[in-house]
Amino acid sequence: MNSLTEAKRQPTDWQGPAMQKRIARRYAAERRFKAMGFGAILLSAGFLAFLLVVMVGNGFRGFTQTELPLEIDFPAATGGASPSEFEGPNGNTNLQALGLRDIVDSSIEIQYGDDGTELFSPGGWTTVSAMILADPKIVEQKVTFDLPVASDIDVAYKDSGNDEAEAKVAEYSNQFSTGFNWNFLSNSDATDPMQVGIWGAFKGSLITMIVTLLLAFPVGVLTALYLEEYAPTNRLTDLIEVSINNLAAVPSIIFGLLGLAVFLNFFGMPRSGALVGGLTLALMTMPVIVISGRNAVKAVPPSIREAALGIGASPLQVVFHHVLPLALPGILTGTIIGMARALGETAPLLMIGMRAFIATPPSGITDPATVLPVQIFLWSDEVDRGFVEKTSAAIIVLLLFLLMMNALAIYLRNRFETRW
Amino acid sequence: MNDDLKMQEPSESVDMTDSATTDMPGATSAPKMTARNVDVFYGEKQAIKNVSIDVSMDNVTAFIGPSGCGKSTFLRCMNRMNDTIPIARVTGEIRLEGDDIYAPHMDVVQLRARVGMVFQKPNPFPKSIYDNIAYGPRIHGLATSKDELDHIVESSLQRAGLWGEVKDRLQDSGTALSGGQQQRLCIARAIAVDPEVILMDEPCSALDPIATAKIEELIHELRGKYAIVIVTHNMQQAARVSQKTAFFHLGTLVEYGETTEIFTNPREEKTRDYITGRYG
Repeated sequence: MNSLTEAKRQPTDWQGPAMQKRIARRYAAERRFKAMGFGAILLSAGFLAFLLVVMVGNGFRGFTQTELPLEIDFPAATGGASPSEFEGPNGNTNLQALGLRDIVDSSIEIQYGDDGTELFSPGGWTTVSAMILADPKIVEQKVTFDLPVASDIDVAYKDSGNDEAEAKVAEYSNQFSTGFNWNFLSNSDATDPMQVGIWGAFKGSLITMIVTLLLAFPVGVLTALYLEEYAPTNRLTDLIEVSINNLAAVPSIIFGLLGLAVFLNFFGMPRSGALVGGLTLALMTMPVIVISGRNAVKAVPPSIREAALGIGASPLQVVFHHVLPLALPGILTGTIIGMARALGETAPLLMIGMRAFIATPPSGITDPATVLPVQIFLWSDEVDRGFVEKTSAAIIVLLLFLLMMNALAIYLRNRFETRW
Repeated sequence: MNDDLKMQEPSESVDMTDSATTDMPGATSAPKMTARNVDVFYGEKQAIKNVSIDVSMDNVTAFIGPSGCGKSTFLRCMNRMNDTIPIARVTGEIRLEGDDIYAPHMDVVQLRARVGMVFQKPNPFPKSIYDNIAYGPRIHGLATSKDELDHIVESSLQRAGLWGEVKDRLQDSGTALSGGQQQRLCIARAIAVDPEVILMDEPCSALDPIATAKIEELIHELRGKYAIVIVTHNMQQAARVSQKTAFFHLGTLVEYGETTEIFTNPREEKTRDYITGRYG
């Protein structure tokens, strides 16, 4: 037997051409794999770069506005109003009574002709109003303001617009200037794209996220801790585990319907409010926090639990002094993933009425509010071309919000990370 | 199955057929912990069969035996660490100074403070050295002031022979110490809550010989201050550190007596075979 196999088996020729070919093939396979992986990275990086470039390129223009100079001779127009009228709390009312809007319009007509008002944004006079309230003394002078132009002029100046607008741009081409659109950061939704702002949606997102976090984080963490540390293993806990895993995979629109049915119809909470939005998103975020929390708690070495139990720590002390601090980085990571998903969620909020036109920023959790992604969705639906760049600008704001949140999470995670 | 033993002077003869419930006469001092007819089940499987044993203050008691013989299981019954395993079930009685530790009124948290434990793998908390020691006294309210706590930390570290090595870096992480130092830190941590009994579950199995020697030296010094029970795989170690040795095999207590007797003149065939290295 032994001699037979030995007779059959030739000594291996490690240097032979067959072997060299095999080696060459192995190297080639290795190189191919590396090239494919590199290609995949290149492709995804390319997509990302393309997205960012397009977004920032378009969105950047959303932060600027085209302006035309307008000279207002206040003493002549107002008939000698005194600055003291516009100081204090009644200033705004007095300005309205003065008919500031008409003053601005007539000044425009003086300077740019009878149809000059078409050049300017209908809300432009609010800029003048704000400047007077900030410094009432200017009503005694002749002042030149840079006022935002009408939306179609703005589009025509920045890019290319309709023939009429292009003609006007050509006519006044040497007078245009470009300024930073502060209104975009401080205003809320409006019908005129020159007057829209992101502040209302941003504040709505912020309040909604706070509601979501306050509800989903404690409930999620407590659930995870209970299931891992206290719950007996039986059919009920198995069922709960399966349910939570399934819940994490439920499409978000269904959570919206749930929120509509439970919070609005059953509990009768105020429609369109950040409270209902936050609650609905919390339902969606909680399973994610529970799952990541359980994994983080599971990853705490049992030896730490034993050590604490061994010197007479009660189960509660074990959990809160040892397990939770060690699991916190993992829990925070899961929380931030869930929160980031909630921040970008549109569908469930449409169901509970957060797609309304909200022109004043919410001041509480029950005020009608909208959130950044819904605002983006609404603007992207507008016919006015001026909204295109506003949509891109809002996307940039949303992405910055997301980056800020992630940065905070990474900071917190590193702070709580325990070095072994 | 027969595991009845007597704690006796070496000169006295032992009757291995006695009923397990017999009191153990002739013990030099009142035993700190007594176990009678203890059975432990993991689900259907019986891990400990009818074990009775006494542990006294004056002696270091070693549990030896081959892997899976139940010595660690039994040790973990003595401070109810087995409670954390849902399927574990203990019958029989184990008393600490006469109190049944499995009685309903027994507070398991306090029990574990009185019966401390040192584990196989050093498991300091990922906190500072100071906090590692101070944690126990803090949760049990043993110190009323910062000074008192400082004192407890210092004396515990001194007893564990670690003070000289760490006194300048009490705020460093306990996990940054070497393996042997970590284990001594764990012993100091157990001492800090002022226990009556210290259970050690193979405390040297993860350590090098030099660190092992230090731990053994420490066990010598702690003897008499605490009742010490040590589980070990290393028979030389049992011979070096203990005065009493119990030999477990397949869940039963085969033989329990003076260490010198067990190692030089075991009564049981199984013990002799294990001691001489025929199995295990």
